[in-house]
Amino acid sequence: MRWLLLKDLRILRRSPLLVALLVLYPIVIAVLIGFALSRGPDEPEVAFYNGLAGEPAVVELGGERIDLTEEGRPLFDEIDPVRVDSRAEAIQKVRDGDVLGALIIPENLASNLQSTLEPGTVEVFYNAEDPAKKEFVENTIEAQVQRANAALTKRIAEEALDLLELISDGGEYSFLGQDFDVLGLARAERILSEARQELPPGSPAREQLDEVIDFAELARENLAFSDEVLAVVGEPIRVRAQALEGGTTSLSAFAVALAASVSLMFITLLLAAGMLAIEREENAFARLVRGLVSRTTLLAEKAGLAAACSSAVCLLMLAGLSLFVDVDWGRFPLWLAAVVVGALAFAALGLAIGALTREVRAASLLAFMLSLPLAFLALVPSGAVAPVLYDLIRAVSAAFPFKPTLDALDAALNDAGGLAGPLLHLAALALAFGVLSRIGLRRFA
Amino acid sequence: MGDSANLRPVETATATTVAARDLVKRYGDRVALRGVSLAAGRGELVAVIGPNGAGKTTLLSILAGIQTPDEGVVEETPSIGWVPQQPALYGKLTVEENLMLFARLERSPDPRATVDRMLDLTDLGDRAGDQVSTLSGGNRQRVNIAIGLLGEPEVLLLDEPSSGLDPRQRERLWEFILRLAGEGTTVVYATHHIQEADRYANRLVVLADGESVFDGSPRELEQATGTTGLDFEQAFVEFLRQRGH
Repeated sequence: MRWLLLKDLRILRRSPLLVALLVLYPIVIAVLIGFALSRGPDEPEVAFYNGLAGEPAVVELGGERIDLTEEGRPLFDEIDPVRVDSRAEAIQKVRDGDVLGALIIPENLASNLQSTLEPGTVEVFYNAEDPAKKEFVENTIEAQVQRANAALTKRIAEEALDLLELISDGGEYSFLGQDFDVLGLARAERILSEARQELPPGSPAREQLDEVIDFAELARENLAFSDEVLAVVGEPIRVRAQALEGGTTSLSAFAVALAASVSLMFITLLLAAGMLAIEREENAFARLVRGLVSRTTLLAEKAGLAAACSSAVCLLMLAGLSLFVDVDWGRFPLWLAAVVVGALAFAALGLAIGALTREVRAASLLAFMLSLPLAFLALVPSGAVAPVLYDLIRAVSAAFPFKPTLDALDAALNDAGGLAGPLLHLAALALAFGVLSRIGLRRFA
Repeated sequence: MGDSANLRPVETATATTVAARDLVKRYGDRVALRGVSLAAGRGELVAVIGPNGAGKTTLLSILAGIQTPDEGVVEETPSIGWVPQQPALYGKLTVEENLMLFARLERSPDPRATVDRMLDLTDLGDRAGDQVSTLSGGNRQRVNIAIGLLGEPEVLLLDEPSSGLDPRQRERLWEFILRLAGEGTTVVYATHHIQEADRYANRLVVLADGESVFDGSPRELEQATGTTGLDFEQAFVEFLRQRGH
């Protein structure tokens, strides 16, 4: 087997285009993904025109000053604002593709909010050139506007609550520079009760005062519930989310596992299928298996070569990605196990493809054509398709190594779930495809 | 490949080195061989000839152990060298690397010496460092044959050894093969070149539609058809016609 391995490595070395492709491909993938992740898809660049700039962005409600700049801060939590000087400039930046969208705070926002006759309106512009981008901008900016809205609503509700407390309990109140002493329902009730006691029993005015005192008491008691009511109005629905299945992998970390799985699949499948098929194309297979090498040894050599090369390239790619994304190098032995076992399962599948197609071009084409749907199917989320179709997709995904490799790498890289299950699954697939490729070799010569 | 001017076959054959009896091979409904038997002795040159699809390559593949017969027996032979019709070589490797790889796989006790001997034997010493993909068809075939000889086999099976070669290359190839036979190697070859069968073979085995229809010398075939004096190729065509092929 040693001489066959050396021979194949020598052939690979003399195929510079193939080697360059095998080495450059994962590096390019790593850099692209790393670049995309480091730019932070959660913080897209958005042109921001603040029409309130230069003017006091303060609204007075019930004598309380609300700073809109402060209240609108949630808007910028998840976008990277590119400040511009005019609405037109913001729109032009969107048209030029310099930014993903534009957010316009109009000059009359404060006055509209102050008047409370109409709601304040902000404008959002974006290119809807592709559905994904449209969806992303809509979701991101609108979610942030909703957050700002909620924060402002809460603030206004707090002010309303203060006013209601003033009505209930009375106290000092400032408005337009003037101070007022507000009586309040409690004090009014007390004064009325004192006045009632000075009236003679049976006086008709006493009955009328009783009605007013009852009303004041009832109003005060009900106003005592206003803080809960306003809290509900300010935030009618709260979300308490709890993941039932799967880990807590972030999108960035999952993207690393996905990139590694895709690269591992492409490289291993193409190498294993191609290196086996080339034995037949060079007419060497029949000569080799005439007692020089057993068919099983030949398969083991090809699987080992493909898995070793692709594992090395995949680990190189992970090292490259670690420059952009935080990965836990302390878990390296687990990465290695996931990568190697995944590579062996892909190698077995590649050998089955090579044995069945029997020529390099057909093997490469089939490996390529099989890879994309496998990756696609493995990423279909539950609930996205009909239950029966989803069960079918799960079954198909389970019959090929991509999904378990992705699960294994996610577990190894991100501590998302157990690693043993996916590894056993991959081992079983490696065995099954190994047997299939051995059967395929019966008609290989 | 040596300077031998004697291009006549070696006439002496001794103990049998390769033998097969009543071979039957089917590919689905098609019967490729129907009870074919063949035996050859040490130093004998046996040509297997016949029309396309007669079963020549199948017969040699079974003798070489590439395929197994559905019926019949191939007697075990200590060592058989096999040279397929299409050169079985790695185009990205050099001549020397190809020879070295197969010498090692053949577990040659001294691969370096074996390779040097083959390079010398095939006159390819000056092309040893060239990648096989850059060689002419003739030179590739010489490397192909050299690999078949690496294990110093007692029996050499050649499938269309001279196909794709020009006349000069063919002549040099046959010098080489005749020398091997002269040194005691049994050579069984399938060919389309009827004149090569006539010139170099001690014995002819004629296959037609999977059946062995003649086993004897070229002269015996001429006599069997009553066509002495005719060109041998014409005699062969007449032989097949008389037997309904």
